[in-house]
Amino acid sequence: MALPPLDSPQWNSPWLAFGWGLRSITQTILTLVLFATYLGIGALAHDTHFSLLWALCSTLFVWAGPAQIILITTLGSGATIIQSAIAVTVSAIRLFPMVVSVLPLMRTPTTKRRELFFAAHLTAVTLWVECHRFLPLVPRERRIAFVNGLGFGLVSVCLTANTVGYFLAANLTQTLGAAILMLTPLSFLFSTARNSREVADVVALALGVLLYPLAAKMNSGLDILVSGLIAGTIAYGVHWWREVRA
Amino acid sequence: MSYAQLIGDWQALVVLFVAGVVPNQIWRMLGLWFGGGIDEGSELLVWVRAVATAILAGVIAQIVVQPPGALASVPDGLRYGAVAAGLVVFLLTRRSIFAGVVTGEVFMLAGKWWLG
Repeated sequence: MALPPLDSPQWNSPWLAFGWGLRSITQTILTLVLFATYLGIGALAHDTHFSLLWALCSTLFVWAGPAQIILITTLGSGATIIQSAIAVTVSAIRLFPMVVSVLPLMRTPTTKRRELFFAAHLTAVTLWVECHRFLPLVPRERRIAFVNGLGFGLVSVCLTANTVGYFLAANLTQTLGAAILMLTPLSFLFSTARNSREVADVVALALGVLLYPLAAKMNSGLDILVSGLIAGTIAYGVHWWREVRA
Repeated sequence: MSYAQLIGDWQALVVLFVAGVVPNQIWRMLGLWFGGGIDEGSELLVWVRAVATAILAGVIAQIVVQPPGALASVPDGLRYGAVAAGLVVFLLTRRSIFAGVVTGEVFMLAGKWWLG
């Protein structure tokens, strides 16, 4: 499927643009990665004793895979609400620059802020990547509708995956259940590694993985925050050493 | 599947709202409101992104090192081996997420069956 040319009558109504956005989820491998990730999140929610409704609400209202996994794993391993909220808040900071950089792509001089509300809510790493890919092919005045369609499609895929993963974890043999749970760390590790273009990102990812087991030995309940702050700051130091000082 | 598994209790949904929904929406809505004047490449944002990436990395490590539920039935070495095998293939295939994930999964399943 190719998107129609910019001057095609196929873009004449916002609903047609919504439809093109919806259909665009079939045009990216990231949809498959999201499906696998949310299959894993559904299974993870089951095995850490959250309800299916809870898992679906988290996908619908949080709509950020890493934050959902941080929330489920920290709460599931006995962290307090405050500790989980801090870890999730820090992980979600990256949404701020994403929203800041993606909204100008769909804004027109007459766009009102509330028209961008859903686009802002739907912004997460996958949508952010796809916006930069698809939006140049979409007429500017139809981009908000297109993004809403794309986001609606991706959320639907993930809600389906959550439900399937939840029931699979409840009914599968232990080995296959383990395989579904393993999808989460694998897909996040590789999709984050793929998005790491700067040295700081690569160092943060590698050090973050390696430092966690050390931080966990302290058993402070803040393991993830401690290892994340240390590894992230060292990574920033490497970036500073190479770029700023040079 | 029981009522508790499908719906759960309302306290858990309150926790989801407080610790999950609010911490995420704050940043998105700040981006929507104050988006205009921020330099995407500013040094502060580089640091913030590095810490956020490292926190996510910690979570990935936590799932593999202290596995939840059914994943705990897989021996430590096999889980670490699966990540390592996936990583090697990911790098060899010029960063194919799909190839990396499939390799990690196949490695773990094959190991599990081989160990019996």
